[in-house]
Amino acid sequence: MKPKILVITGYGINCEEETAKCFNWVGGESEIVHVNDIIDGSHKLKNYQIIAFPGGFSYGDDTGSGNALANKIRNNLKEDLLTYLKEDKLVIGICNGMQIMANLGLIPATDMKYGERQAALMRNQHVSLECRWIHVKNVSQKCVWTKGVEMMHLPISHGEGNFYVEPATLEKMKANDQIVFKFVNEDGTPANNKFPANPNGAMEDITGVCDPTGKVFALMPHPERFNSWTNEDGWELKKEQLIREGKPFPAEGDGLKILRNGINYFN
Amino acid sequence: MTHRIEVFTKVNDSKSELMAKKLQSWGFKVSATAVVEAYIINKDFNKNELKDIAEMLSNPVSQRYGIDEAQKEIPFDFALEIGFLPGVTDNIATTARESIEDFFKTKFGPDESVHSSTLLFIKGELSEKDVETIGNSMANSLIQRITVKTHDKFAADNGMDEIVPTVHLKSHPETDKVNLNIPEEELLKLGKEGITDKDGTRRGPLALEKDQLDVIKDYFTKENREPNDIEIESLAQTWSEHCKHTIFAAKIDDNEDGLYKGYIKRATNDIRKAKGDKDFCVSVFSDNAGGIIFDENWIVTDKAETHNSPSALDPFGGAITGIIGVNRDCLGFGKGAKPVINKYGFCVGNPFDKEPIYRDAKLTNAALSPHRILEGVIEGVNAGGNCSGIPTPQGFVYFNDGYKGKPLIFVGTVGLIPRKINGKNSWEKKAQPGDKIVIIGGRVGLDGVHGATFSSEALTSGSPATAVQIGDPITQKKFSDAIVKEARDLNLYNSITDNGAGGISCSVPEMAKECGGCVVDLEKVPLKYPNLSPWQIWISESQERMTLSIPSEKLAEFEALMAKRGVESTVIGEFTDNGRCLVKFNGTPIMDLEMNFLHDGLPRKILKTTYTKPTNPEPEFNQPSDLTQTLTEMLARPNICSYEDISTQYDHNVQGGTIVKPLQGKGRVNGVASVTKPLPESNRGVICSQGLNPIYSEIDTYHMAACAIDTAVRNVIAIGGTLDHLALMDNFCWCSSNEAERLGQLKAACEAVYEYAVAYGTPYISGKDSMFNDFKGFDKDGNPIKISVPPTLLISSLGVLDDLTLAVSLDPKFAGDLVYILGETKDELGGSEYFASQKVIGNSVPKVDTKSAISLYRAFRTAVEKRLIASALSPQFGGLGVTLAKKAIAGQLGMEIDLGKIPGAKNITRLDHLLFSETQSRFIVTINPKNKEEFEKNFAGLTLAQIGVINADQNFVLKNGDKVIVKTNISNLDQSYRKTFNRFAE
Repeated sequence: MKPKILVITGYGINCEEETAKCFNWVGGESEIVHVNDIIDGSHKLKNYQIIAFPGGFSYGDDTGSGNALANKIRNNLKEDLLTYLKEDKLVIGICNGMQIMANLGLIPATDMKYGERQAALMRNQHVSLECRWIHVKNVSQKCVWTKGVEMMHLPISHGEGNFYVEPATLEKMKANDQIVFKFVNEDGTPANNKFPANPNGAMEDITGVCDPTGKVFALMPHPERFNSWTNEDGWELKKEQLIREGKPFPAEGDGLKILRNGINYFN
Repeated sequence: MTHRIEVFTKVNDSKSELMAKKLQSWGFKVSATAVVEAYIINKDFNKNELKDIAEMLSNPVSQRYGIDEAQKEIPFDFALEIGFLPGVTDNIATTARESIEDFFKTKFGPDESVHSSTLLFIKGELSEKDVETIGNSMANSLIQRITVKTHDKFAADNGMDEIVPTVHLKSHPETDKVNLNIPEEELLKLGKEGITDKDGTRRGPLALEKDQLDVIKDYFTKENREPNDIEIESLAQTWSEHCKHTIFAAKIDDNEDGLYKGYIKRATNDIRKAKGDKDFCVSVFSDNAGGIIFDENWIVTDKAETHNSPSALDPFGGAITGIIGVNRDCLGFGKGAKPVINKYGFCVGNPFDKEPIYRDAKLTNAALSPHRILEGVIEGVNAGGNCSGIPTPQGFVYFNDGYKGKPLIFVGTVGLIPRKINGKNSWEKKAQPGDKIVIIGGRVGLDGVHGATFSSEALTSGSPATAVQIGDPITQKKFSDAIVKEARDLNLYNSITDNGAGGISCSVPEMAKECGGCVVDLEKVPLKYPNLSPWQIWISESQERMTLSIPSEKLAEFEALMAKRGVESTVIGEFTDNGRCLVKFNGTPIMDLEMNFLHDGLPRKILKTTYTKPTNPEPEFNQPSDLTQTLTEMLARPNICSYEDISTQYDHNVQGGTIVKPLQGKGRVNGVASVTKPLPESNRGVICSQGLNPIYSEIDTYHMAACAIDTAVRNVIAIGGTLDHLALMDNFCWCSSNEAERLGQLKAACEAVYEYAVAYGTPYISGKDSMFNDFKGFDKDGNPIKISVPPTLLISSLGVLDDLTLAVSLDPKFAGDLVYILGETKDELGGSEYFASQKVIGNSVPKVDTKSAISLYRAFRTAVEKRLIASALSPQFGGLGVTLAKKAIAGQLGMEIDLGKIPGAKNITRLDHLLFSETQSRFIVTINPKNKEEFEKNFAGLTLAQIGVINADQNFVLKNGDKVIVKTNISNLDQSYRKTFNRFAE
């Protein structure tokens, strides 16, 4: 049976359609559900294997990115969510989804304290929204979602991606292998907080983190926006190279690897 | 009891640091600032409850909060608060209130509210007056208020004041009679300045002219009654230039059909007829947007609008309401198309021009500077587009002194809709008699009253502040999703349209045309605050609203769905077939007009034109001795240089369909066209480009229009598109359109609009005009001035690319590749950027030869299909020199070119002319040397030449034969290309 993915939408979430389609392409069965249809009980979290918080601008980032929708979910679904997390299931949050998850306390949840806010995605160091392609390196052994991924070229697009936790939290995250993606230069060397390789000023170049189990993953870059090889920044150069070498064009975009890892967890 | 919560950032406070730097850059001796978010909670809560609220509104990791206390931790000399004026949309407050209501499971009462503001603590050597100056520069006095307190006053008052900016309208909502039997002079004044209120003040421009007033007078004489104010206001909205396009509809000289029917629509009709089975148009000119076939299952739509007058007064508000307004045009196409691409175009004055101009003779009311307008509109489209989740891969900025008084702010939206919905054609809709009139989205306030009539007038000191509106993209996003992702496919409505200019006074009667009448109960319209007069409710342009026609049996399901999606929906009346537009207020009829009169009663204008083509002085400067320097300087010109900082702050990846991006190549050069796949699962793409050449209007508007068309078309060809699946849109932004000369220029442009589109076989599918882009005011010495925009035509192109992998980017790919030029170069520098750099215009405007262009464009597409072209860019502003340099920067590869080999070079005596001529219909391409023979064979019989090679080094060398003309490196070019707008980077 195909794993069922609950793709949450509403109030300014705007990446639900491509997220759902990408999950379907890699073998999942997605359902896009408005948050109000979960709150009113017509859809139950327990019926899904994966919960996805897609990107977007929930509540227009008013009162802090991801904060207002996290408040709504906390006010109405906290117990259901905590119950869901006790099972052997997965969660992913992308961009605004990561901001929502940080405000909900789903990541990093050090000491298994789900529901406690331990991280902040602050304004980018140079303030305005930044839309560009960056390179990330997977530094986690534990995270289910990034198995087999070393480096990846992915797009980011956010105004508040400057990851911050208190020093003690950071130490716990390190000790528990909860740091997943770090911004790096094209050659894989650390971005060292330099723009544009680190586009938002995130602490220690961190842009993807997981919970202590490795099953709950949140990242600022958008894997679903690299669904086709022609999405990639600079694909036109690759195309010309492939034509001249007489090689076939790739079948898909690299970003799907992350989503496929989620599906494969259940196979 | 009112409470105040303040949220402080406690780590990584880059916002405050940047603010301090900004104030320092303005010349103030500021040592530190702290930017604080403040909330006024106008509802009684106890201490614990307030703590819960504050915790919801802040993040404990990065922020701390204060409740009802004057902060003491941050050292400061002054506190400056910027809050909204009463009635202005406050999105942050709306969200905060919703969170509070959800947390306590309670509702705010009518007298309870939340308000947000920004509080700035400033430390530095400043006077109170300095801080007021800072506040006034940061705030827009039309929508915001500032409060300044010294440290001592702040302490004495126990913090800032708890201001609750709510609207209290004194007037009792009622309808007044309007007497039209008044002397002609008074009648004209009524048309110009508006109906007189009881206190003697005028209500604001109706923009009704003599012949229109006469017809209205006759109508009511016939009806044997005096009109009500709402009827006059309604007619003024419906008959406005903005809504009825009276100039394009007018008989012009001997042309009985007028400009729209006689040129624009005729072009489309003729093209469609000629294409026969290959016609790809689905819905043109009749709807909120135009639509063409995308593939066997889908339609793509397009619409471009301007929001010029509002953007001149409040650039942020004008631009955000512009972009989300044009999104609604997309939602209002057929049964509702989903917005998939946003586009922009900002024409503003010289951003480095600091000399003020004023709206009034006393020099107290300064117009915003071009720089301020640019910053505001950039931010407005940022907020609107990004929040709505619509990618913005396409746009441009263009500078000219003529835009100093009134900028042109273009916004456009491409949409996607299935061809069939529930077995019916998606683009067809029809309100039925008996259907309920339902409005969804935002509530109605005084904002935007007289927007449509105001944009039909020149900007003067009397321009109404209520014409300014703030956007609320999330309210719109909620109903946008509820409509195009749910209600539409559930078949819950018969018709839908946008509430744009004129609000429901235009949208409801417009939709009522589909069935033949309507009856509206105006008191049912939900209001932001009480006591609006009926006429104000009727014509208000409060944003984020749509009107739908819903069959009674579907109403309950529709209302339930909207409620579940957090969308307010209200039944305000019923569609009828009795031929009348009847509006009631609390049961009393206050407007009762024949539908025919309302829509078709306005007298047709008859226009006379003259056009005296100017002879400009020919330039007298000599060829510069150092063309390397000249080229380097050309790259830094505002109309040529990089605007990467805009491109990267607009999300162009959302929806997962980015293909050819706004910045291309390793060197990140701004492209002139973009490719997007609107359906993630499809291998087809949408190509967008734009063409605009306003300086050419100083020579000849006919050729200006021809070049705009050719530019928009050839950019699509260069990126891989085809003439066989390419549509256009026209956006005319003219000036002083009551003058015969200006109308003559307009008519000449329309002649080109017809001829060149027909030649290329590229139909217009939608268009818009804005005819009075003039600023009337005073210079710094108090002398009256009038600044008119140069006659401007934006042509937007919309192409379909059948295979995304055919797309060609502009950056050269590999060293060793050959550089070709396609098309002949002529000595055409009239109106060029190069001449502009020498402060001359000249006369040799580029002329488009469609015959040779069409052969070239078709051959180009064949070469694309054979994958023979590795990179392509068509010369535009700055000609060949700039195009070659941009390509070199984009590829980060060296280039050596022999200018002597350029076809046409022999007829051009000066090398600077050869380099910078803006001859149309040319391409610079690079190819794999292995494909040389096949490539040349593909273009056999056409004008082309190999002019150089791409090199692995970083040298950029242009020679004439053996003689080196330009020699520099990529890094120098790159630096020049980027330096102009670096200051916007921050």
